[in-house]
Amino acid sequence: MAEAFQFELVSPERLLVSEQVESVVIPGAEGEMTVMAHHAPVMTTIKPGVVTVKTAAGKEERYVVFGGFADIVPAGCTLLAESAVAVGDIDRADLARRIQEAKEDAADAKDDQARSKAEQFLSQLTTLEGAILPA
Amino acid sequence: MASLKDLRNRIASVKATQKITKAMQMVAAAKLRRAQEAAEAARPYSERMGAVLANITQAIGGGGDAPALMTGTGKDDVHLLVVCTAERGLCGGFNSQIARLARDHIRKLLADGKQVKIICVGKKGFDILRRDYAALIIDRVDLREVKTLGFVNADAIAKKVINLFNEGGFDICTLFYSQFKSVISQIPTAQQIIPAGVPSVAAETTNGGNAVYEYEPEPGEILSDLIPRNISVQVFRALLENAAGEMGAKMSAMDNATRNAGDMINKLSITYNRQRQAQITKELIEIISGAEAL
Repeated sequence: MAEAFQFELVSPERLLVSEQVESVVIPGAEGEMTVMAHHAPVMTTIKPGVVTVKTAAGKEERYVVFGGFADIVPAGCTLLAESAVAVGDIDRADLARRIQEAKEDAADAKDDQARSKAEQFLSQLTTLEGAILPA
Repeated sequence: MASLKDLRNRIASVKATQKITKAMQMVAAAKLRRAQEAAEAARPYSERMGAVLANITQAIGGGGDAPALMTGTGKDDVHLLVVCTAERGLCGGFNSQIARLARDHIRKLLADGKQVKIICVGKKGFDILRRDYAALIIDRVDLREVKTLGFVNADAIAKKVINLFNEGGFDICTLFYSQFKSVISQIPTAQQIIPAGVPSVAAETTNGGNAVYEYEPEPGEILSDLIPRNISVQVFRALLENAAGEMGAKMSAMDNATRNAGDMINKLSITYNRQRQAQITKELIEIISGAEAL
């Protein structure tokens, strides 16, 4: 059994998770990463995706996050999500609305840089939709 | 002298008013609790955000590659004031206190020859500031339709401010809101959000702050993503504090109103009883003197 560490998932509206966990899979901006106890200190931005938390009790919980930051130190991991919901509570309509907004953003981006950023965000969202909504 | 019927009507209407203020007080109390819970729930995020921000600025060392949102434009000619007030009145001096602080600030800036732009959040502040500074108001945000204040609302305001900054619309941005101290005391506050200023390095993160971090992507890039988010968080916090403050102010205002209505009812009842007594006495005298005349 792996060693447990403190994990916190915080959204601006509330503290979603604060407990001892075994491992956390984070959708980092430069690829997914699994965090376990005694991880080297890393700070990374995260892209929209699914966070998988394996609690010390052996339960697995999944949360959908829409961008944010992860602050990882050997003793714990704090995830500051712009917005986060448990996978079970995800609202199909809400996701569709976000995708729609991202599409609009991509459509009226002023320069190439903004457009590519918006399109990247859009593709991340659609991948996310495919991943969590087995339609 | 008001007749008995007039007095009766008057008492009835004051009683009706008292019922309304009492109901409003109770609604405000319930809403206050919810607003306080929301403010409390939002605290961990802003605390951690502050810690991360301090950490990352330390890594960059406050060097030249800090984004402009943090260091400012180097000028202070154009000021943007974001004035957050409530959407509704009937909450004592809550709105006017914030507006007064903003107005003093504007007057001082104008006297110094600065240019001032105003964004009003909430209808009441707009109504007050429109009287004197209608020409300076460039935008207003209406939160009237918003039932529960979400981060998206704050984010929308912050985006507006940041866009304006990127277009070179202003140099310094100050946020006006009311700090929630307790139910009876809300302190109108001015807080500078752009440039954010470099947080003091002394702020320790919870688990060994001076660890050597790896950054993914580069610290500069993270920071340029983090700062706008931090501004949203500041706005969000201001809105939440305001919401709690508004409800607190409304609660005490309505409590006062209920008590005043009670006093008024007492006074009116005494007058009413006296007059009724006087009338009875008068009628008795008439009867007695009529009987004596026979």
